[in-house]
Amino acid sequence: MNDIWSWQRAADVLPLLLEGFRITVLATVVGMAIASVLGLLVALVRRAPSRWVTLPVGFLVEFIRSTPLVVQLVFVYLLVPGLSSLTIGFLVLGVHYATYMSEVYRAGIDAVPRGQWEAATALNLPRARTWRAVVLPQAIRKTLPGLGNYAISMFKETPFLFAIGVVEMFTAAQQYGSSNYAYTEAITMVGILFLAASYPTSVLVRRLETRLA
Amino acid sequence: MTDRDTTPAIEFRGVVKRFGDNTVLDGLDFTVAKGDRVTLIGPSGSGKTTILRLLMTLEESNGGLILIDGEPYTHEMRGGKRVAVPEKRRRQVRRRVGMVFQQFNLFPNMSVLENIIEAPVHVLGLSTAQAVVRAEELLEQVGLADKRDARCTQLSGGQQQRVAIARALAMDPEILLLDEVTSALDPEIVADVLGVLREVAETTDITMLIVTHEMQFARDVSNRVLMFDHGRIIEEAEPEVIFTAPREERTQQFLSAVLGEDTADRS
Ligand SMILES: Nc1ncnc2c1ncn2[C@@H]1O[C@H](COP(=O)(O)OP(=O)(O)OP(=O)(O)O)[C@@H](O)[C@H]1O
Ligand SMILES: [Mg+2]
Repeated sequence: MNDIWSWQRAADVLPLLLEGFRITVLATVVGMAIASVLGLLVALVRRAPSRWVTLPVGFLVEFIRSTPLVVQLVFVYLLVPGLSSLTIGFLVLGVHYATYMSEVYRAGIDAVPRGQWEAATALNLPRARTWRAVVLPQAIRKTLPGLGNYAISMFKETPFLFAIGVVEMFTAAQQYGSSNYAYTEAITMVGILFLAASYPTSVLVRRLETRLA
Repeated sequence: MTDRDTTPAIEFRGVVKRFGDNTVLDGLDFTVAKGDRVTLIGPSGSGKTTILRLLMTLEESNGGLILIDGEPYTHEMRGGKRVAVPEKRRRQVRRRVGMVFQQFNLFPNMSVLENIIEAPVHVLGLSTAQAVVRAEELLEQVGLADKRDARCTQLSGGQQQRVAIARALAMDPEILLLDEVTSALDPEIVADVLGVLREVAETTDITMLIVTHEMQFARDVSNRVLMFDHGRIIEEAEPEVIFTAPREERTQQFLSAVLGEDTADRS
């Protein structure tokens, strides 16, 4: 039997974990980039005057939000051939979180005081310009903490990518563990790496929250 | 006088406005001549704000017509039916109307200068350089030349309101709507803002519709006072007449109530 903790094994697995960590961070960054842009589009589309637009989009959003991420990953993986696992991971993470982000944007847009819209009308600003120059800058400022929180939560959900064969940090640890019959070091270090990345981010987000409040 | 000069700047023809089953204006008629300074007075809930908001298209009327320079503004008669004027044409008319709000409503994401040049650049199509020159003149006029690059959130209420006045003037409005523009301000700042407005009244021929509780200001600036009650004009006269010898008992009551609480009438 092995010792419970071996520094040698820890040193061996570290490079693998760091490569996995890179994928984890990449997935989070790309996923959140997609979620931020798509979420805003969804929020805007859901304000469209026509029910023919808002109802189907609303249904789709509810559907995505109420099915598990891992099911969506596997579903898309099986259904869409010709895309790499990583690409599918980015897209599914992005789309899944876009549904959450759209709510964050909606709240941010609703929080812009009516007087701002009225001042824009009184100045005769075109609709598009009102959105771009007045409403969105104020709304998006209010969405920054929400964006940060969802980034952390997405980061922590990246291990689900193992379901479609993406070797992110957790999968790398498992692979190492099963081929060396020793999980302790790898899994412990995964935990530490997650903590090391999430904790400062959440502190940052909380600071942002109080500063923007 | 040419024909154009006698066309009223504003005409309400049988305007109806309801909120749910509360009929606020029930067929209101009145006209405002070009260059007139009209003060609307009347008890709370009598419909003064509603009239200004209808003129700014912030509310939709439920009946009647509003004409600006004789042109249908929000609705028109077509084939005997009252139909809404499309937004594109409303915009062309709305360009002539400006408004200053009780709560200023400056854009907090922009600097003072950006607030003022936003519409001239994006609505009138001025170059940024032209708009800045004009904005600086206006800031000078309202006594805030040194605040050009400040964030609006860093300004006092009185300063914000003066920026808001400059912002409205930057659009060269023919009609300016002022809805209790000093009501949110500390008493000692009110005079600054009214001073700016007095100067605007003296140096321009902008048609002004003023809702205010500052009776001395109304007296100095306006040439006509309309007394409203329950959405109707119950008395209409020159300020000297209405403030010294109101005809209607309702007006007398209202004025003594307002002037009573403001005995130190700033004269
Ligand atoms: N958005 C709204 N929804 C429902 N009712 C409204 C709305 N705005 C105004 N009203 C009603 O319309 C009536 C006229 O209101 P308005 O604000 O025009 O009065 P006002 O003369 O400006 O009063 P004040 O001196 O208090 O400002 C009031 O009965 C008010 O309750
Ligand atoms: Mg009012």
